[in-house]
Amino acid sequence: MSDAPRVTISRVGDSAYVPAAVSAVPTTTVASRHSALVRVTHWITTLCFLALLVTGTEIVISHPRFYWGETGNVLTPVLFKLPIPSSRALVPTGYGVLPDQNGWSRYLHFQAAWVVVLTGLLYVISGFFSGHFRKDLLPGKAGLSWRAFWTVIAGHLRFERPSAAEAWSYNPLQRLSYLFVIFILFPLVIWTGLAMSPAFVSAVPAAVNLLGGQQSARTLHFFVSLALLLFLLVHVAMVFIAGFRGRLRAMITGRAGTDTERT
Amino acid sequence: MSERSPGERPPAERLLDQSPRDRSRRKLITTGLAAAAGVAGLGVAARIAQRYGLVPPDHGGIYGLGETLTYASQRLLTSHSLAREFPRNQISKPPFANEMAPLKEEFKRLQAGGFADWRLSVNGMVARPASFSLDQLKSYPSRSQITMLQCEEGWSYVAEWIGVPLSHILQAVEVHPLARYVVYFSIDPDWWESIDMADALHPQTFLAYGMNGDELPVGNGGPLRLRLPRQLGYKSVKFITRMTVTDSLKGFGEGLGSSSSEAGYAWYAGI
Repeated sequence: MSDAPRVTISRVGDSAYVPAAVSAVPTTTVASRHSALVRVTHWITTLCFLALLVTGTEIVISHPRFYWGETGNVLTPVLFKLPIPSSRALVPTGYGVLPDQNGWSRYLHFQAAWVVVLTGLLYVISGFFSGHFRKDLLPGKAGLSWRAFWTVIAGHLRFERPSAAEAWSYNPLQRLSYLFVIFILFPLVIWTGLAMSPAFVSAVPAAVNLLGGQQSARTLHFFVSLALLLFLLVHVAMVFIAGFRGRLRAMITGRAGTDTERT
Repeated sequence: MSERSPGERPPAERLLDQSPRDRSRRKLITTGLAAAAGVAGLGVAARIAQRYGLVPPDHGGIYGLGETLTYASQRLLTSHSLAREFPRNQISKPPFANEMAPLKEEFKRLQAGGFADWRLSVNGMVARPASFSLDQLKSYPSRSQITMLQCEEGWSYVAEWIGVPLSHILQAVEVHPLARYVVYFSIDPDWWESIDMADALHPQTFLAYGMNGDELPVGNGGPLRLRLPRQLGYKSVKFITRMTVTDSLKGFGEGLGSSSSEAGYAWYAGI
């Protein structure tokens, strides 16, 4: 009884969307949409990112002014300031003073940073060894054309539900977005974060000098975090458009397909 | 195949051809061994970390893991590194001073006397406990550094700090070889901190009495401030009057090593 839907799923896989190597798996076992390692690291990263986002916002509130260069304080010109209340009377934003929450925010920020960095290392190292990046994320030659990108974008603009094929494989734009987040944004957010640490830069001064100064690092850290937040919002929106339950199940249990099959 | 005992097969064949049950048993054993090794490894790591002074006093509680990882890794990475120093033209103009709690009567009395009666007492695990006047501190070879003061809130400034390296004073009082921390107190009873010996003996850790070629302004911690450029501003305690050398932080306040830790802030502020 319980075997029946599993066989169906693997047939979906066999018919068109799964690479030949995977379809050689006996029909009694179901190919996982996402490997266990991808699923576990995905959700640990999600939790850590949310913690970093909340605590990072909380830390920014204590001084919602941004500068460029080495130094910046209330006596120096700003690059820009956020129109929000501050948790310090020192910073006159004109929006009142909030209670100070920096203590636990900073503790949790760095704890979550440690967990997400170690999780990310595990993911990236295993991703290279297992061929995850090559097989699942690197776009094929055909995917790297303006026409392929346009097809995806046009579909998005029409709010089309992705085809059943996309339950088993990422589209070219999606692949590039994930690669950008994994290999550009995450390294940048770690680098700009460490560049703010007075002890770290005493050992590795280039980390902050290359960015143009400690306040530049702080400003860049803010913008890279905004880029990651933007990715999160678009990512979740896309999951909703593609079929929330099916995509969520695929990332939790590894089984994919049924949600889109029903349509 | 499966009725044959695995031992009879040539090794190569054994690896290639396994029943699902063999595989799941093997997986269970490997996972169990890995988990046991992991737990044992953590235990050993904790003992080694404790022994080499890589565990901060605020290692308990839910944030203890992250805090210990940060302190341990930065301590290993930065044991001898120097904070960045800047050229004179990078000194922040106008000079900045953070807001402070109102000064107490005792401070005002000393200030009225031009700080002539200001004393810094040093005791604890030292051979010659002593009490220094500002003039005595100034009689030691004076050093200066142009370094950044960074606040955990996000603002910063660069200033020239003039003073005597703390290591000179610790040499003068002769610190016991088993000492592990220096605890230092502001005249403001709500502000005290501690650092490990690596930071206490670091060449850029100053007892600062001057700033930007002049006396250290009261707003910046004058007449005497501990200056620790590799950590955030709250470790650079203003108005220092007292210092205790110790091998354990347990007897100070709640045993968390500083007033900041008791207020929920990290004891180690290198990040």
